Amino acid sequence: MEDWEEDEFDGPVKKFMYVNRKAPYGTVYALEGLEVVLITAAFDQDVSLVFIDDGVFQIKKDQETSGVNMKNFSPTYRALEGYEVEKVYAEKESLEARGLSEEDLVIPVEILSAAEISELMDTQDMIVSF
Amino acid sequence: MKLGILVNEGPFTHQASDTAYQFTKAALEKGHEIVRVFFYHDGVNNSNKQADPPSDDRNLVTLWSELGQEHGVELVVCVAAAMRRGINDDLLAAGFKISGLGQLVEAGIIGDRLVTFGD
Repeated sequence: MEDWEEDEFDGPVKKFMYVNRKAPYGTVYALEGLEVVLITAAFDQDVSLVFIDDGVFQIKKDQETSGVNMKNFSPTYRALEGYEVEKVYAEKESLEARGLSEEDLVIPVEILSAAEISELMDTQDMIVSF
Repeated sequence: MKLGILVNEGPFTHQASDTAYQFTKAALEKGHEIVRVFFYHDGVNNSNKQADPPSDDRNLVTLWSELGQEHGVELVVCVAAAMRRGINDDLLAAGFKISGLGQLVEAGIIGDRLVTFGD
């Protein structure tokens, strides 16, 4: 196994967008997806993070998960700032459809319409959906 | 074109790994370069040499293993996802290796495209 963390990566910077579409529990995609986001940031890449569909529930405040015997990993999203991941977006339509607004979220996000997110996607080198 | 491949599903429940395999094979036949195939989430189960499907079914573990060895394609299994699912070096089919998520990011940086297979 290689200790990638100790390697200085001296390559080009690309624009990576991670699209979170799934609820935080029920499947493992959100939890393991967040790991990828943090590591991409550690590689000094230009990282954007978007929450769409049930993915907006990932960053909902006051998650209480003991009933489903799952670790509440929502506090980890607060670590994004420390990794200098500052381009964090949530889709307006997805929030509205679920009765959520900015103050319901565990981290500050920029709220964009589906059309605006689509434009943002056009500017990326890489889009990975979890 | 230089392609990175991300496989997010296991070998038998979901079609993603089959499609990824066919895509990778076709890309190699067309002369494209595969930077790396990275196995994440349940995709790590594609590396388990103990998989033993009925003889009239395809064995994706063997297919990936052969493809990797024939074409010198790196087949990398995420260490954290593998540990969670009980996959370790003793279980790895030939041609696979376990490494960190940085290998996925690097494939994205080096490659012209990163193609994801999964939901």
